[in-house]
Amino acid sequence: MSQTFTKAMARNIFYGGSVFFFLLFLALTFDTNSALPERDNRGAITEEVARGKAVWEENNCIGCHTLLGEGAYFAPELGNVYTRFGNSTEAIKGFIQSRPKEGVPGRRSMPQFNLSEEDLNAVAEFLKYSSEINTANWPPNIQG
Amino acid sequence: MKYQSQAVAKPYFVAAIGLFVGQILFGVILGLQYVIGDFLFPEIPFNVARMVHTNLLIVWLLFGFMGASYYLVPEESETELFSPKLALITFWVFLVAGALTVLGYLLVPYATLAEMTGNSLLPTMGREFLEQPTITKIGIVIVALAFIFNIGMTVLKGRKTVVSLVLLIGLVGLAVFFLFSFYNPDNLVLDKYYWWWVVHLWVEGVWELILGSILAFVLIKTTGVDREVIEKWLYVIIALALITGIIGTGHHYYWIGAPEYWQWWGSIFSALEPLPFFMMTVFAFNMVNRRRRNHPNQAAVLWALGTAVMAFLGAGVWGFMHTLAPINYYTHGTQITAAHGHMAFYGAYVMIVLTMISYAMPMLRGRDAANSGMSQVVEMWSFWLMTVSMVFITLFLTGAGVLQTYLQRYTDDPMPFMVVQEKIEIFYWMREVAGVVFLLGLFVYIASFFIGGKEPEEA
Repeated sequence: MSQTFTKAMARNIFYGGSVFFFLLFLALTFDTNSALPERDNRGAITEEVARGKAVWEENNCIGCHTLLGEGAYFAPELGNVYTRFGNSTEAIKGFIQSRPKEGVPGRRSMPQFNLSEEDLNAVAEFLKYSSEINTANWPPNIQG
Repeated sequence: MKYQSQAVAKPYFVAAIGLFVGQILFGVILGLQYVIGDFLFPEIPFNVARMVHTNLLIVWLLFGFMGASYYLVPEESETELFSPKLALITFWVFLVAGALTVLGYLLVPYATLAEMTGNSLLPTMGREFLEQPTITKIGIVIVALAFIFNIGMTVLKGRKTVVSLVLLIGLVGLAVFFLFSFYNPDNLVLDKYYWWWVVHLWVEGVWELILGSILAFVLIKTTGVDREVIEKWLYVIIALALITGIIGTGHHYYWIGAPEYWQWWGSIFSALEPLPFFMMTVFAFNMVNRRRRNHPNQAAVLWALGTAVMAFLGAGVWGFMHTLAPINYYTHGTQITAAHGHMAFYGAYVMIVLTMISYAMPMLRGRDAANSGMSQVVEMWSFWLMTVSMVFITLFLTGAGVLQTYLQRYTDDPMPFMVVQEKIEIFYWMREVAGVVFLLGLFVYIASFFIGGKEPEEA
């Protein structure tokens, strides 16, 4: 780089640019936080949904599935599983309960987690809540 | 080695390589589970193996960053490390905590681990990459603080260079943003929003400062180019990295419930994220071409050039490929993401740690500057085996991802996830073969430490 562009100038761009864009990021974050109540379906977060999120986390569901497109890519997207299963929490519970303990020969199979009735209800309610978040029409179709 | 205390870097590098082997073994297991679905089921289900694979990666890269810092900072500061003893204590604390956590993943069901470690008191587990029990996370914070204190005190008492200052800013940022891993609200959107403050602001933010400063250090040492020139480049690169990368976080906010203006902010700024990586490539080749001496450690120079190129391809090109919102709408959460993740992590972070190990290890093992020619040839073979196989892993995953995107998301008659997975199986098989070659490359890499030890040093 030429002599007219000095190290001091480069340093100032680094500090000035980083601080400016971090502050801009904070401002956008502030705005996002005030816009979220309209979008994030927080009214639906009951104690049961909160418990469902804990069940989701404590069984590491994200280790195979994606939720709103984030996670592992080994098993189906679950952000819209409630709608994919015909708007039915019962269908979700039935699927989780039905998984064979020893798996399916040669194929991927979800483990049998032996969830209690309360935990099953909770995780199904959590997935219902997730499906009703405004995700700008993502995923593109029902297959997730 | 100019300062005695630089020797504490050695156990860090050894541990890093050991955990790297573990990471790749589990990677090969995962690749096989993609095509033989019941492989090791139910003993090691996919989610457990994946957790081990990604967590080992993070931990060994952190070991690598710490080792690099302990080697680099005394030399830059022209003084002994503030406390070599503290560095050794944190080494063992981190290693034991890491080992116990991985054993916990493997030996008990995850839900049991959560219960045993009291996750309900402060729930932080079960989120991608942040699966560690809360107590491990607290341990990571303590180790990071002790480490930064040690490095910070060394910088303070010695010569202050741009390289060590940028490194320190990166390390402090790493520790600060990790604190967001303790914030886990019931609101899924908020959870995801701030989860990225750890994950994105690490790998597309402050880690780039660490990467830049280590690369600058190795280039100063191996090319003999004037420090002033290299430091100016470093400032420009990290300035671009943060200017594009901070708002670039927005490319994760398109579809998680955040306002839709993020599609604009995220697309525009993250489209510019390849720029700092491109600059880094130009920088590395420029410095090597303008070198004032031929450093005997040619393997280290190869790694330095390699990391610049592969980081640009993996983070820059493969990142750009799916970062624009209208494209990401279809590719989000497919094998495209996996393809990008693999090459970006390898190119930017694995290779920079291996660059530093390659440069420092000969001195740490009592040589003047470099290994024997024979040892370097073996190391360069491992460079090409691992790098080329990673290129193929990425290409095969990209093939899988393009097909998956089309069949599951784009066509008029979208197919279910599992149906699509079977249709793209051939790509997973080819990826697995490439993965095995990578593992072989890693064995060759390790062999390079034991071959040609008695031969005379390259001069």
